[in-house]
Amino acid sequence: MSDTRTATQVPAWRVALAAVGKSAPVFLVLLILIAWITYLNPRFIEPSFFLNFLRRSAPLMILAAGQLFVVVSGGFDLSQGSLVTLTVLAGALLAFGDPANTWWVILVLYGIGLLVGVFNGAVTSYLRVPSFITTLGMLLTLKGLALLITGGAPRGALPPNFRAFGRAFIEDVPLLGRLPWAVIVLFVLSALFVYLFHYTVLGKQALAIGDNQRAAALAGIHVPRVRITAFVMSSLSAVTAGIMLGGFSGVSINVGDGLELEAISAVVLGGAALLGGRGNMPAALAGALTLQALFTLLNFLGLPSPIRVTVQGAIIIGAVGYAAWRAVRAGQERGA
Amino acid sequence: MSAITAPTGRRARRWRVPIIWWLLLATFLIAWLLVSLYGRGNFVATSTLLNIVERATALGIVAVGQTFAILVGSLDLSVAYLISVTAVMASFIMQGDPSRVPLALAVVTAIGLTVGLLNGLLVTKARINPLIATLGMGLILRGLLNASFQNFAGSVPESFQVLAYGSVGPVPVPLLLFAAVVAAGALVLARTRFGAHIYAVGGDRATARLSGIRSDRIVIGAHMVASFAAVITGLYLASRLRSGAPWIGPDGVYDLESIAAVVVGGTVLAGGRGGVLGTIAGVLIFAILDVMFNQLGIGSYTKQVLRGLIIIAAVAIYAYRSREVVG
Amino acid sequence: MLRPIRILLALIIAAAMTAAFAQTSEFFNEADLIRDLGYMEMEAEGPADQPWIQAIDPTYIETTQYAKEGPWTVCFSNAGVNNPWRVVGFTTMEAEVDLHPNIGRFIHIDAEGSDNKQISDINGLLASGDCDILIVSPNTTAALTPVVETACEQLPVIVFDRGVNTDCPVSFITPIGGYAFGAVAANFIVDELPEGGNVLALRILPGVDVLEFRWSGAERIFEEAGINVVGAEFTEGSTANTKSIVEDYLQRFGNIDAIWMDAGATAVAAIEAFEDFGAPYPIITGEDQQDFLLKWRDEGLTAIAPTFPTYQWRTPIIAAEMILTGQPVPERWTLPQPHITAENLDRYIQPNMPLLHYALCGCEDMPGFPERWGGR
Repeated sequence: MSDTRTATQVPAWRVALAAVGKSAPVFLVLLILIAWITYLNPRFIEPSFFLNFLRRSAPLMILAAGQLFVVVSGGFDLSQGSLVTLTVLAGALLAFGDPANTWWVILVLYGIGLLVGVFNGAVTSYLRVPSFITTLGMLLTLKGLALLITGGAPRGALPPNFRAFGRAFIEDVPLLGRLPWAVIVLFVLSALFVYLFHYTVLGKQALAIGDNQRAAALAGIHVPRVRITAFVMSSLSAVTAGIMLGGFSGVSINVGDGLELEAISAVVLGGAALLGGRGNMPAALAGALTLQALFTLLNFLGLPSPIRVTVQGAIIIGAVGYAAWRAVRAGQERGA
Repeated sequence: MSAITAPTGRRARRWRVPIIWWLLLATFLIAWLLVSLYGRGNFVATSTLLNIVERATALGIVAVGQTFAILVGSLDLSVAYLISVTAVMASFIMQGDPSRVPLALAVVTAIGLTVGLLNGLLVTKARINPLIATLGMGLILRGLLNASFQNFAGSVPESFQVLAYGSVGPVPVPLLLFAAVVAAGALVLARTRFGAHIYAVGGDRATARLSGIRSDRIVIGAHMVASFAAVITGLYLASRLRSGAPWIGPDGVYDLESIAAVVVGGTVLAGGRGGVLGTIAGVLIFAILDVMFNQLGIGSYTKQVLRGLIIIAAVAIYAYRSREVVG
Repeated sequence: MLRPIRILLALIIAAAMTAAFAQTSEFFNEADLIRDLGYMEMEAEGPADQPWIQAIDPTYIETTQYAKEGPWTVCFSNAGVNNPWRVVGFTTMEAEVDLHPNIGRFIHIDAEGSDNKQISDINGLLASGDCDILIVSPNTTAALTPVVETACEQLPVIVFDRGVNTDCPVSFITPIGGYAFGAVAANFIVDELPEGGNVLALRILPGVDVLEFRWSGAERIFEEAGINVVGAEFTEGSTANTKSIVEDYLQRFGNIDAIWMDAGATAVAAIEAFEDFGAPYPIITGEDQQDFLLKWRDEGLTAIAPTFPTYQWRTPIIAAEMILTGQPVPERWTLPQPHITAENLDRYIQPNMPLLHYALCGCEDMPGFPERWGGR
């Protein structure tokens, strides 16, 4: 209860800053990873290279930001990856390589995302199906749909102006050199996500639901509406990530495979508690960046690629275990 | 509290156990009808029924274990890669030599129980969310496996293939194995103290602790059961494929499919309610769909869409039912 | 409580790394390599404009005992239709079925990429008693061997694409194979590579036999020529992974002179990585997918495309009709395996087809072309 009161009295930016401070480990880990990569390859922090790294990380960061809304409200969204695939395949099919189609196709894709989010949220809220199951079913359904509408092999193509969001650069920017569009999109959306999560009532309500649903309802929060909004945020971010990934690397049927688990891992690395109640947006974004930096580092270390998977697993467990250990210790100190 | 809800609970349980079996029956009848009208083959021939069970065996065994993990409020995403590890290690150690079978069984059982123990420790002592803990464990196993083996390693001796291809009289051995695992799982849950504690811990961990149950141990135990079931599945698959390959677990999607089967079978994801028999009904529903779609000649993409919707619908029905009972 | 877990994890990782470095290739078979490279030099029997009924160095076997009155039911247990290559192939196969009025029924069962399911599928087909002949495209070689042996006892079996470890099938249909695929691409790179140039090998997954053959065919050639292979990376068939990996290598080494690929599906993503990085195009090997061929022509790349032709999906249906009418068929039906070079590139470019269409489908004269394959 005391938390909610401080949240309403103290300015939001201070709450955000405090939250960032509390989840500092992810920023520390990120810095270490970046330093390590830079040690191996000093050019990594040159602006053009680093911007390229951000460009590559943008889809996962956006996915993680959307996933955070669902996670802090106490759920999961396992359908993100399949929605990414559906976005890319349906986008190619609808646009068929014609730049004139790009804008209405993007609108249709966001429409699909909206439907998926509302469906996930409504089934979870009104039919009381656990979100893990709702979105697991959705994962299968959307992947099946994507294959069904294309007959199993991608058809059509993404036009260049569609792909620009994930691929194009603005040349000759002072100081930075080539500035990828994806990085601009990423910064705009990150600002928007931070605003929505920390400066509007949505983030607080989602956290409150995740913390204690009954208390949130008693406090007058319309639980289903908030939950549905959270799922819509997640789905819309998946559509965005799909547009950017399709732009980055083109059409393929497995483009979204496994991204949902990467996004959840990123959110958790950023200190969000699964099953809700805790999390903040800058740390979640940093979590995604950390995961991507980890992939990059493992590439640069030249380890045999299977070992990278093992290291990735161990680090995810280690980071979450460390966070849990800190939480327990903090609890004990408070108790004492 | 318990005195008031107990009668409701008993009535509810009488309600709840059959409903999945009604669903199974309905699925079967619909499949039978559709196949008779539009498909090929005799859906109720013994050979078709045995084929349905054959399809259910591998997933069914691992799902029995998954039921234990879910009943205590956890879950296990590492089973798919544990299945691969088991199959590969077993055939690698056996190298076609019957005298090495016991050694192989001992090693894979030890590996499986260790993985289960680690999963359990990560979930209880390190307080890591089970989704992350077992996902990470799966990644670790996957990397180790792919680093060490790239293809089918070794082979299982002919005598070991009895497990997948033998029969006792008219009854295939895999059916007996499947039945034995289900019976063992059901008995443990219904008749042992461990089983009772699983329901208690899954229902309400705090209350269970207050009533003197060492809930951490129960959760660890449930994870070890889940891993052990994955080991049995891995051995069955090694026997069936004559050898173990690193991809057989993930190719079968045994992690998500087993969780889906468990919840379609009526076990509550939050733990505490459900059981092995429901899980088996869930697995059989998937197997019936498989055969139905094969015999109707409908492609796998449609099946995937339908499977996703069935998972959501089944759980929605349970949620609706349980609300009715509560209300 | 945590410390022992961490120590254990460290130990596991250490053990795994030792295992990884102790790794040797389990796939290489010198005799097969020599045979396959020999096949590349041989003239195939049969009409040159219909490579799907050509055969290299065939040994025919009698099939009179399988002759049967039509109409027949042809059953097909398919490993999966889970990638564009298989989708194009299966579409071609269905079109071929339509050309055979004596095939009354064509039953297709999709194993969805699972060995376990494919075994059940074949058992189900055998139990139904519906099939006059069984075509199998095995998901993996070793795993499907037992059930194919069982099937051979009951009806004539045709195996194609990947093989099985038994010679019980009446006919095994396959293009020349992975060694030749990998070798053609590697030889091209060896010939074109400037002195001291470096090569990056991009592979899909470890442990898939057809892909491992391609790599072992190439690896030896690179070794013998003393080529500097800076890395062999697994992309998992993802275009995003491919692009990221290539970018990392460009950053690490400043330049990459050649890319060898074990499958062409992500070739364009690899090329785009060079474009986005502002590096000159590498020498690159791909496959007969339209997106790669178009890129190749438009940018004037130095490239070659070995193929694993999708026209091989026509042959099993043709073989089924031959067997059920008692005509002799090749026991090992080795199909020619052409590669696309700068000289014949234009012949294979089909702008009206989907970008991921495979040019060597041999389907241009079939009914329903091009719409049935998604073309316009």
